[in-house]
Amino acid sequence: MSEQHIKLPEGSIEKTTTTLNLGPTHPATHGVMQNILELDGERIVSTEQTIGYIHRAFEKIAERRPLAQITTLTDRLNYCSSPINNMGWHLTCEKLLGVKTPKRVDYLRVIIMELSRISDHLICNSIVGVDAGAYTGFLYVMQYRELIYEIYEEVCGARLTTNMGRIGGFERNFNNIAFEKIEKFLAEYPRVLKEFENLFQRNRIFMDRTKGTGAISAERALNYGFTGPNLRAAGVDYDVRVHSPYSSYEDFQFNIPVGTTGDNYDRWLVREQEMWQSLSIIEQAYQKVQEFKGTEADVYHADVPEYYLPEKVDVYTKMEALIYHFKIIMGETDIPAGEVYQSVEGGNGELGFYLISDGGRSPYRLHFRRPCFIYYQAYEELTKGAMLSDAIMTMSSLNLIAGELDA
Amino acid sequence: MLTQRAKEVDRKPMTFLESIYLWNIMKGMGITISHLFKKKATINYPEQTRTFSKVFRGLHVLNRDEEGRENCTACGLCAVACPAEAITMEGAERLPGEEHLYREEKYAAKYEINMLRCIFCGLCEEACPKDAIYLSQTFAPANYGRKGFIYKKDDLLIPHPIENKEAYEAALGDKPAKN
Ligand code: SF4
Ligand code: SF4
Repeated sequence: MSEQHIKLPEGSIEKTTTTLNLGPTHPATHGVMQNILELDGERIVSTEQTIGYIHRAFEKIAERRPLAQITTLTDRLNYCSSPINNMGWHLTCEKLLGVKTPKRVDYLRVIIMELSRISDHLICNSIVGVDAGAYTGFLYVMQYRELIYEIYEEVCGARLTTNMGRIGGFERNFNNIAFEKIEKFLAEYPRVLKEFENLFQRNRIFMDRTKGTGAISAERALNYGFTGPNLRAAGVDYDVRVHSPYSSYEDFQFNIPVGTTGDNYDRWLVREQEMWQSLSIIEQAYQKVQEFKGTEADVYHADVPEYYLPEKVDVYTKMEALIYHFKIIMGETDIPAGEVYQSVEGGNGELGFYLISDGGRSPYRLHFRRPCFIYYQAYEELTKGAMLSDAIMTMSSLNLIAGELDA
Repeated sequence: MLTQRAKEVDRKPMTFLESIYLWNIMKGMGITISHLFKKKATINYPEQTRTFSKVFRGLHVLNRDEEGRENCTACGLCAVACPAEAITMEGAERLPGEEHLYREEKYAAKYEINMLRCIFCGLCEEACPKDAIYLSQTFAPANYGRKGFIYKKDDLLIPHPIENKEAYEAALGDKPAKN
């Protein structure tokens, strides 16, 4: 197969390869992204990625929005784990404003972020299964993602586009139903995850399909700028939670699962093990949260009157609260000028927020470092010479999420 | 290795038993069959509905006070707070003799929410200093045209608490009448 054949115009008699549009709206792409594949039989000769199908100009919109409203934009990045994005954004704002959050807030955030990580990995791993032809596992674990969504619903009132938390903490304290549901999750989830592993991990068909496909070496992965589970699967134990802890992650004991070859099977295994680690982090955080008693248990936000809305009762009765209320909503408080970068370990990798402020009510410039965007660049290298069906699995095991790919 | 915490995943090669297809099929089938006897996880929507949490962010409701007067004073904070720019309103001055209709001297003569723009973030509810707007636990209904999704004041206003008590209480749901 010479390079020349590919460049021949469509329909010319000498052309021996087939051009296939995989996407933008193909069920196997799990999102709006396009791949133009050149196929020789079923083998992929070359691929070309196109992005921008759901580009919503978030970074531009953010330049005209007060900080609180930008949270709603972050929901829509990696929508499988929106609370992590929300928390990441609040952490960025807090870094710029110099706000220190109470420990209880940190631990509650950790619980929510790890729950989101589980829901994200759960989707990714079960979708890899679906692409290998095993739909059942996906259906069984979805019941527990549902439980996670119900926990979100108790905390913030929505399930997918959560808009959870505020600068300095949460919008409301966790209620008893939320804690009961977290307890239920902790009690029941290990059995479900075990069953999920039983269905896939040592299954011959699944192993044959995933082992050795879509592999990337640690060096290449680093060169591309991989982070998160995809880098760890290649054997580099880089985890933002350990290397630059935020939200009191240094208080928790957990391991970093790493793979060796960086293929689809390794990525699957790393995500699977990370779910166990997340579970243990949630357990630890839940213990720590339960240790707060009396008035300490009512703490759910830091004291930042310039940015955290006062209680509604105070707004109706106290002048000062009313003034702050109006000032905050109308974005009258100038944010300090400065430049901050804050990253969190998102469901998919290092999710970074680079915020430049020149004062005023909204950022001068805001950049989202979206891990999916980086993974997608390596897609050609990962799939060259592979079979078409492996390319599909590689796409889902990289956990490419269109919302995060195009900000 | 960058840390002491790395733990390698278990990638041992297949054992003989595992390499037999039939064994895997039996194992998978076993799990599936065990699920046949478990409690059903789904509900029959729309005959059955699940209860939402008390803080669920559904369709908006414009509130009235106990005497049935509209709370909204057309201050515009909700519109300012809205990230989707979904709210538009027009204020008007309350005339003498209208005190039973509007609680404050200024009221919203027009109040529209474009439900196709709205992202149900709940920031308007948080912004309102008059307890005049909140997000209820009802779900967005379907409609045939785009026009129908621009909700006017009549679509949003809660039923009168005295004239139509039952409907008022149903619409209020779990929200306290006064925050
Ligand atoms: S819920 Fe959010 S998007 Fe909808 S009208 Fe209120 S502020 Fe605007
Ligand atoms: S609903 Fe509330 S925030 Fe909006 S204009 Fe009326 S009083 Fe102001």
